[in-house]
Amino acid sequence: MLEARDITVRYGPRPAVSGVSLTLAPHQVTAIIGPNGAGKSTMLRTLNGGLEPAAGELLLDGERLSSYSRRAIARRVAVVAQEADLRFPVTVFEFVLGGRYAWASTAGWGWETSRDVEITREVLRETQLELLSSRLMNELSGGERQRAVLARALATEAGVLLLDEPTANLDLAHQAAILALVRSRCNTRGAAALVVTHDINLAAEFSNQVLLMKDGRTVAFGRPEEVLTPEILKEVFAVRVLVDAHPVTGVPRITPVHEALR
Amino acid sequence: MTRAKTTETTANVGRVLRLDSSRVTFAKTLVVCGVLLLTLLLIVALMSLFGSEKLPARAALCALISFGKASCGLTADQDAILFDIRLPRILLGAAVGGSLAVAGASYQSLLRNPLAEPYLLGISNGAAVGTMIALVFMGAQEWSRPLLAFSGALAATFVVYRLAQGRTGATPERLILAGVIVTTFLSSAIVFVTTLMDATRIRSFTFWLLGDLSGSTNKLLWLALFIAVAGTFVLAAHARSLNLLMLGERDAFDLGVEVSRVRLVVFIVASLLVGSSVASSGSVGYVGLVVPHLVRLSLGSDNRITVPAAAICGAIFVVVADTIARTVIAPRELPVGAITALIGAPLFVYLLRRR
Repeated sequence: MLEARDITVRYGPRPAVSGVSLTLAPHQVTAIIGPNGAGKSTMLRTLNGGLEPAAGELLLDGERLSSYSRRAIARRVAVVAQEADLRFPVTVFEFVLGGRYAWASTAGWGWETSRDVEITREVLRETQLELLSSRLMNELSGGERQRAVLARALATEAGVLLLDEPTANLDLAHQAAILALVRSRCNTRGAAALVVTHDINLAAEFSNQVLLMKDGRTVAFGRPEEVLTPEILKEVFAVRVLVDAHPVTGVPRITPVHEALR
Repeated sequence: MTRAKTTETTANVGRVLRLDSSRVTFAKTLVVCGVLLLTLLLIVALMSLFGSEKLPARAALCALISFGKASCGLTADQDAILFDIRLPRILLGAAVGGSLAVAGASYQSLLRNPLAEPYLLGISNGAAVGTMIALVFMGAQEWSRPLLAFSGALAATFVVYRLAQGRTGATPERLILAGVIVTTFLSSAIVFVTTLMDATRIRSFTFWLLGDLSGSTNKLLWLALFIAVAGTFVLAAHARSLNLLMLGERDAFDLGVEVSRVRLVVFIVASLLVGSSVASSGSVGYVGLVVPHLVRLSLGSDNRITVPAAAICGAIFVVVADTIARTVIAPRELPVGAITALIGAPLFVYLLRRR
């Protein structure tokens, strides 16, 4: 669906990402993990054309990404960014309806069709926001607002979802709710999801493949149990970790061992 | 039975006129703008009755409705006052008010800053410098005034925008500071050009600088009216993009907005609007702040309704303000900019403190 080959991105002379390859396939959740400054978010922003790669190739449904118009990309690739700050009062419904922008037939006044409204209602139901739909965005709690951001991305009906730390600052229940929604999109509609996260356990539990990055390079790429080994993680994060199997799900469970804190 | 029917009818009327519902629809926009347009027409007619010369109300309204074809019992002098002095001035006020309000509303959404306003950002001053240069050096050519005013507005826009872009992006305060810097710099340029003028022109000039609707020409009036209407349509056509830009450039980009193209369109069209109004009537301040704020307060933030509604309300606001300006100390006059600033500056303080 979305394929990145040998991508290099530079800010000035210094490469933020160098030679990273990645394939996002239907039904698959891919996680990008790595220390701060590893180039995770840069990679994510490159994948929807937000940043221009200095080298490498991006293919969306087999065509070069640069050959698509801005709208055409937005219909196929949706981004869930970290929380936006809102300076004007916007209702939840209006906010989520924004996801339908790229589907408007003309660039004109762009009144939404009844289908746009229908889809917006549907994702509001899916994200359990229908009762809040006429509330203002800045009246919502952090968890509800993040759900609205996800709802807007789902309203685009894009086959590729790019999520930049979608669960940062959320409590356990809200984290699970967000990820369950992403998972169900992948399972039922064949979407492909990419999640940038700092939570290694979450990546282990939730993803089909993990890309581990450091200093803009790929350290390892593969199934969670291949990538999340004590040796690799110690090398990348410079912290000793214990890896065992999760007692319920059996996926790798990572526990850092911080001797210095005792 | 009758009762049930009445309730049903009421419900239907409620559905049609559902002005308080959260979602903005095309029908709602049409109804709101239609009502506002009628109000504007009414205000234009009403305000043309006020002035140092009292006009008989019924005869004047009759003449207005017949577009001056029937005399309706007005004397030739009264007819001239109504159609050659008052009406052009009122229409100019409407054009200027509409232009500034719609420019302000668009800047606010584009720059994500409720305080953005052509006057406060120094854009009006940019246009004023352009107009002055045209007046002093190309006085004979009338077209040079709006043209240079537009260029000045556009140049000031880009300078303020660049200055406001910090390493961490543009914060509202940074933008206002950039506006202050550009304003003060351009003010000294204005002082410099003023010294090149002969003494007799300086007084009418300072008046114009404060925003004055009395010194325009017919050509400038038609130009201002045309640009106000056309500009409002162009900006309203970008309202849905502005809605997303209001939430952040990156979000808008991700959702499919061609951010740099929309930004360029808004900058150019808003500069045209500000340029044509400054060329014809100087820097009328705070219209772009007061009007969009009040419109958003009553209609919400959806630009598909706030952009056209701000245009019409801006027209009403300046027409009324100018009527006050030319009647309150009659037969002498105040510059209309003094009235709008008197209303706008306290609101600005309020908005700044509320943040």
